[in-house]
Amino acid sequence: MALSVKHLLGIKELNAQDIEQIFQTADNFKQVLQRPIKKVPTLRDTTVANIFFENSTRTRLSFELAEKRLGADVVNFSASGSSVSKGETLIDTVNNILAMKVDMVVMRHSASGAPWFLAQHIDASIVNAGDGTNEHPTQALLDAYSMREQLGNLKGKRVAILGDIMHSRVALSNIYCLNKLGAEVVVSGPPTLIPKHIESLGVKVEYNVKKALEWCDVANVLRIQLERQHKPLFSTLREYALYYGVNKQMLDSLEKDIVIMHPGPINRGVEINSDVADSKQSIILNQVENGVAIRMAVIYLLSGKRDMNE
Amino acid sequence: MKTLLSSTHMNITLQRLAHQLVENHLSFADTVLIGIQPRGIYLSDRIARLVKKISGNNNINYGLLDITFYRDDVHTTNIQVPSHTDISFSIEDKNVILIDDVLYTGRTIRSAMDALIDFGRPKKVELLTLIDRRFSRELPVQPDYVGYSVDTILTQKVKVYWDEKDGKDEVVLIEKNTEIK
Repeated sequence: MALSVKHLLGIKELNAQDIEQIFQTADNFKQVLQRPIKKVPTLRDTTVANIFFENSTRTRLSFELAEKRLGADVVNFSASGSSVSKGETLIDTVNNILAMKVDMVVMRHSASGAPWFLAQHIDASIVNAGDGTNEHPTQALLDAYSMREQLGNLKGKRVAILGDIMHSRVALSNIYCLNKLGAEVVVSGPPTLIPKHIESLGVKVEYNVKKALEWCDVANVLRIQLERQHKPLFSTLREYALYYGVNKQMLDSLEKDIVIMHPGPINRGVEINSDVADSKQSIILNQVENGVAIRMAVIYLLSGKRDMNE
Repeated sequence: MKTLLSSTHMNITLQRLAHQLVENHLSFADTVLIGIQPRGIYLSDRIARLVKKISGNNNINYGLLDITFYRDDVHTTNIQVPSHTDISFSIEDKNVILIDDVLYTGRTIRSAMDALIDFGRPKKVELLTLIDRRFSRELPVQPDYVGYSVDTILTQKVKVYWDEKDGKDEVVLIEKNTEIK
């Protein structure tokens, strides 16, 4: 058994069986992470390069911990302070890193599709850690994995994705992933932040956040991606918080206790209030914990393919 | 295909192995049983049941160990999806009996010992195996309790059938070239 893909570029290319296999493997790694010795020697002969052309706290730390706990050697690269600012191209940068005998590349890039482009030019396995406004596959996997922990099998479960759907790679990867697992998805937010024709991805649109919350079992609240919005799409953050932010009063008015998720970083008081983010219904920190196990599973399952391609 | 152990023979052998364990470890106060996933657990389930009956101690610590992440062939074989590990007790300073169905190259046992040490420092580790394929070891590993020893060559394969999984108890020797591809 192995994944049907050589790289993890997007959830779009995975099948339900791949996702199930990643979850099953992550279960085992989660168990390893609870032991006194949180490390296995599986990839002690593997070197992984984390190449980040965009800022990151969680994802980068999470990948680095996952790699180290699999016994791999890790090199980190960030675009700021590198030769990228001297005009080196993406392929040259990566090929130089690979010339130092690196076996796998974890990459975040601000250009959508960058990992696909890279995959055509290098032999090493690539894990997409976020590309522009396109996909963030490991986030979607850890989100679905965390939902499954709370709700059991996701088939028929209702998931609302709230906020900046237009600029969020988390939203797109989540939609692909949840669809493949049989969950129902509703996206909600200001009309200017919801792409036209998003229904073609198999989701429903509900502009009223309260109604979306009433409908769902779990709400995944997303950050406003101000850095990707090149023209004003809503008037003020205060107005956004007023009409689209999730607060405790809103949650308490619902008939059932829904699960609250957020991929981070949180903008407290904008898309989510502190009394929600820190409430018992919030599993934001469980998501972070599961992230390491999911990334260990992805790296482990992709690493076995090395010899088959040589 | 040649039958090495029939159902009757196999059950007598299992009885003997369990008696040998009890002879050496008496009440199992400081001894734990650990079956190696995925193939060793049918044997370890049987042995655990028999040992409980013979020793009269129903609280024997019995766990399962998955060795997938400790293998030395991650990059040469197809990637394996792990089975689960379930060791809900301390192995610190305990006598550990590792249980696997067939001992062949010894590599699985090497991995199992590495995996085991991550859970603590046992006082002593012993190995119980139903079938010992002699003269085919690639590592210096020898069993302490052996059900049946057999001299095999590389092209042969030993297959163990379990009632729980396959509907019958039997151990057979298969000529790999002719019968499995």
